[in-house]
Amino acid sequence: MKTCASVLALLCLAIPLSFAAAPKGEIKVGAVFPMTGPSATFGQESVNGMKMALTSINKKGIKGQSIKVIFEDDKGEPVEAANAVRKLITIDKVLTILGSVASSNTLAGAPIAQEAKIPLITPASTNEKVTMTGDYISRTCFTDDFQGVVMAKFAFETLKKTRAAIIVDNSSDYSKGLTKVFREKFTSLGGTVVGSSDYAYQQKDTDFRSLLQKIKRENPDVVWLPGYYTEAGLILKQAREMGINIPFLGGDGWDSATLQKLAGPEGIKGNYISSHFSSEDKDPMVQSFVKEYTKLYKQAPGAMAALGYDAVLVLADALTRSKSLSSEDIKQAINSTTNFQGITGNITIDKNRNAQKSAVVLETTATGFVFKQKVSP
Amino acid sequence: MTEQTSYFFWDLGQYLLNGIAQGSIYALVALGYTMVYGIIRLINFAHGEFYMVGAFVGLFLIQAHLPFLIALPLAMLGSGLLAVMVERLVYRPIRKAGKIQALITALGVSLLLQYLGQNLLGADPRPFPDALENKTYMFGELMISKIQIIIILTTVILMGALRYLVMHTKIGKAMRATSYNLEAAELMGIDTNKVISFTFFVGAALAGAAGVLVGMYYNTVEPMMGLIPGLKAFVAAVLGGIGVIPGAVLGGLVLGVAENLVIGFWVSTYRDAIAFAILIIILLIRPAGLLGRNTREKV
Repeated sequence: MKTCASVLALLCLAIPLSFAAAPKGEIKVGAVFPMTGPSATFGQESVNGMKMALTSINKKGIKGQSIKVIFEDDKGEPVEAANAVRKLITIDKVLTILGSVASSNTLAGAPIAQEAKIPLITPASTNEKVTMTGDYISRTCFTDDFQGVVMAKFAFETLKKTRAAIIVDNSSDYSKGLTKVFREKFTSLGGTVVGSSDYAYQQKDTDFRSLLQKIKRENPDVVWLPGYYTEAGLILKQAREMGINIPFLGGDGWDSATLQKLAGPEGIKGNYISSHFSSEDKDPMVQSFVKEYTKLYKQAPGAMAALGYDAVLVLADALTRSKSLSSEDIKQAINSTTNFQGITGNITIDKNRNAQKSAVVLETTATGFVFKQKVSP
Repeated sequence: MTEQTSYFFWDLGQYLLNGIAQGSIYALVALGYTMVYGIIRLINFAHGEFYMVGAFVGLFLIQAHLPFLIALPLAMLGSGLLAVMVERLVYRPIRKAGKIQALITALGVSLLLQYLGQNLLGADPRPFPDALENKTYMFGELMISKIQIIIILTTVILMGALRYLVMHTKIGKAMRATSYNLEAAELMGIDTNKVISFTFFVGAALAGAAGVLVGMYYNTVEPMMGLIPGLKAFVAAVLGGIGVIPGAVLGGLVLGVAENLVIGFWVSTYRDAIAFAILIIILLIRPAGLLGRNTREKV
């Protein structure tokens, strides 16, 4: 009887173990991106870039195994992102997770990954707080501290603007973070931020006319609008219709071809953004990426495609260097990435697990984003 | 008058105008909520999706170079027919099952249409061709765009037509009778199924018109676009007194103007908070809504 019970107990132990182990020859990686919802083009581009990188990596394999990515849709919503991360960890038993795009969504999923000790790399979330979640959370893009400073300096020094109005997307951690950084830098340079408080909107808003009317009265000469392309496009269009013809500045949240369509030919003219990558960059590595991507997907890659591509390469590099496939070792390997040459720049993960790399400033025109300058940290 | 005070009045006028344009849209959508509720006591949460479908039909027709005056009625027809189909296939079979069942089903239809839309049409917002060559006119400091004029005009015309339909036609009389007492109307020989279908058609057609107007006003059309305006219009319908047609119009305008005044003169973050606070206050004072009649529950 006793032996019977212990055999049973052993079986009980063995069953979950056999499920926990990944099938031989595959390294399971989870991916959480917005494939639907207001930031869907960001998610789709990221996934396109990732798939391209995966194809080339899996030709060679890592430690004799291939990477298998399980994709989840976070719909651009924090609750969905958290659910997706939990599902990937508990049901799919992934070794690492890539994602998401919007900082609010990554912030919702990151604590779950941290608690489960599953390394999470975000290719595109720039808010400072994201990597503060813990040592298992890192990113392969620059942070808003850098991006906001770049644009504040660009407004004050290059465009010679002194009166900035700020429009913040109140439902986004990304936008709020960038607002803070820009305000500090712009005022410390000697500029003024107009208005008694921030001009705010919520995601999915469509009517900005009254808000813009209020801003017009304050006579700014530049507007800092660190939102996402869905609302930024509409704001640009409505602003130009109302005769507000000053430059609007944005961050990488604008970097989507949809922005041009929503803003229209008048709205899009003469605004500037900071981003991770320009498809006009003459670097041969960038050019071959652009060529291959365009051939595969019939459209030019945006920043998110390049970031997704780089994130997979950084992960593959870390997996190759990692002593074993334990999450502890993978984490160590990711966090010690130094001078990795990606197409979005030279990636070094610093002690706060943020990537130190350069940004580009692009001008928005009716035909696309035009490269203006490259800024190194 | 100092420059400051004159600015104040110009701005006030501008916010009112923006509010009326936005409120007109809410009103058009709210009408469908209120009409359907009035007739079968169903809060049709899929109503926002009829608005979305109307916007897409309008978008495709205008992309096919049809003029606005043809695209608008066709879009209305499109969302109206969809509503009739949804009513026939989904709501009618469960009409007798109970209010909660109907409500949950309506939510299901709403989600189905949203995600079906995302699947078929993609989630990316699409721009709307500038079919009317939008222009902006200045009256002193007051700015009014051609599209705002068209929104307000179309709304007024459609309201007038609806008023005529409900008050002066045979089908309108049947609608009022069905709304008053469904069983009694049936006993009097009214084909209530037909009347209900027709009510769905009219309500959704108005929402479809709103969808086309909004597509042109904001230059964006996407499958989830019905969600927020649907909710706001529902609030407008309750505010005005659900089941009461002029109430929906009033509710929509009050909501639109209140939102724009809050953005203009206060902090934009409080927009929804204030708008909904107004709703609560009005419902505390007048539980049946602005124009609603207090009716006792039948026992």
